[in-house]
Amino acid sequence: MEHTLKRFDEELEELKNLILAMGGMVERAIADAIESMLTQNVELATQTVERDKAINALEVQCDELTRAMLVRRQPAAGDLRLIMAIIKLVTDLERMGDLAAGIAKGMIRAQDNPPRNFSNIEVMGEKVVRQVNRALDAFSRGDIDLAMKVIKKDSGIDEFYKRMYREMITYMMEDPRMISNAIILTNVGKNLERISDHATNIAEMVIYSKLGHDIRHVDHDAAKVILAGDLKNKNKTNSEG
Amino acid sequence: MKASNISIQNLKLWYGDNEALHGINLEIADKQVTSFIGPSGCGKSTLLRCLNRMNDHISSCSIEGAITIGGKDIYAPEVDVVQLRTHVGMVFQKPNPFPKSIYENIAYAPRIHGIANKGAAMDELVESALRRASLWDEVKDKIHEPGTALSGGQQQRLCIARTIAVKPEVILMDEPCSALDPIASAKIEELIDELKEEFTIIIVTHSMQQAARVSDSTAFFYMGDLIEFGDTEMIFTKPGNQRTEDYITGRFG
Ligand SMILES: Nc1ncnc2c1ncn2[C@@H]1O[C@H](COP(=O)(O)OP(=O)(O)OP(=O)(O)O)[C@@H](O)[C@H]1O
Ligand SMILES: [Mg+2]
Repeated sequence: MEHTLKRFDEELEELKNLILAMGGMVERAIADAIESMLTQNVELATQTVERDKAINALEVQCDELTRAMLVRRQPAAGDLRLIMAIIKLVTDLERMGDLAAGIAKGMIRAQDNPPRNFSNIEVMGEKVVRQVNRALDAFSRGDIDLAMKVIKKDSGIDEFYKRMYREMITYMMEDPRMISNAIILTNVGKNLERISDHATNIAEMVIYSKLGHDIRHVDHDAAKVILAGDLKNKNKTNSEG
Repeated sequence: MKASNISIQNLKLWYGDNEALHGINLEIADKQVTSFIGPSGCGKSTLLRCLNRMNDHISSCSIEGAITIGGKDIYAPEVDVVQLRTHVGMVFQKPNPFPKSIYENIAYAPRIHGIANKGAAMDELVESALRRASLWDEVKDKIHEPGTALSGGQQQRLCIARTIAVKPEVILMDEPCSALDPIASAKIEELIDELKEEFTIIIVTHSMQQAARVSDSTAFFYMGDLIEFGDTEMIFTKPGNQRTEDYITGRFG
């Protein structure tokens, strides 16, 4: 239902659009950073680093709007949870931007002695970009199932990173000349793994905003149990009208 | 939640043929602040007035169901309504001090009820009521001046002092701050917070922020029905009912 105060609805819409714009930029930054690594494209990497400033500016803009809305609208219930969620997830997006820029900077620094085997990064990069994409979709549609999927898939990404890390260690032990190479790739993997953590935070905030349950710091199965009752009620009210 | 002090059981109320309350069931906890919220005309004041039988004055009014306070049926035939109202005091929307001195405003009821008579005991009672209503420091030098000469906020605190002077168990407040500026309102809210250690307080308010600030539990009414009752924090962050959500987020009508 709409607010009696139309301006409040407009502000909420504006805020959601800002988040989605910021999310789009972050998604692109991650994809471009990985692409710059894979294709050794210094120009693309430089652009990615440059564009991080615009992401930071959007974070400030979001904060200004949420602050004004807290003062002017004194939001409650679902509105309050949405604004709380946005205040938190905007920080996640900004950090994701920094981590993507970090990957691009690593590419620029190592351009004269680039690492060779990128297959891990390519696979992991695709997985992480998909996570970010799903988290933003879940936010934009208020899709709880999709948010739960993001949370579930995060452990797979942690696993992937651990395996990659072990693999890199073996290279370094076999051949010391591989060390700098392996460190660069491990750092990219670490950044991707953290980006996925932030995507998970966003998914958790989507669930908090929609259902009012804080499922941070519980595992996926426990979260499912917590949400089971609410999801049933929600489906019931949906089918009622 | 604390033990219930007030129990409302399937309460229906009519003004003539018009059913204004449709069977309310509500347990109100002892020594807590409970707020009644809901759109205009939903029956908040009507229900509040049932708790000290103020509706008895309205000839067209009839009720069904039961209300017990401290286990006693307040509508039982043997109940002395005047006595009941000393147990269940009321503060109104518009401050309504008697056209008498500040002192007399407080002393009047205790004198009739024989709680204190005069002299030192009465002086002490007046001072203590004014202190507990956070008014003493502002009025101690003009205690014999008319109560009506005070500011609106001070008059409201005087009315609260008058109410607590007869040592009630329950204090009912119907929009006690609606005629007050934000600072005077804040003083009343501060006072409510202190008084809940001794009294069970029920407050009707149109300010969602006030309900969120002062009350432990919140009841949301709509068109004569109790829609949702629960912990205030829960009601304002995660209400269980869509109508409650629509009302407190400003999506109504
Ligand atoms: N003295 C009365 N005689 C007849 N009908 C009444 C009387 N007092 C209230 N009503 C009716 O009972 C219903 C509930 O009124 P009540 O005053 O309890 O609402 P309320 O929730 O306190 O509203 P508000 O927020 O405007 O004070 C309304 O439909 C009102 O018209
Ligand atoms: Mg009223």
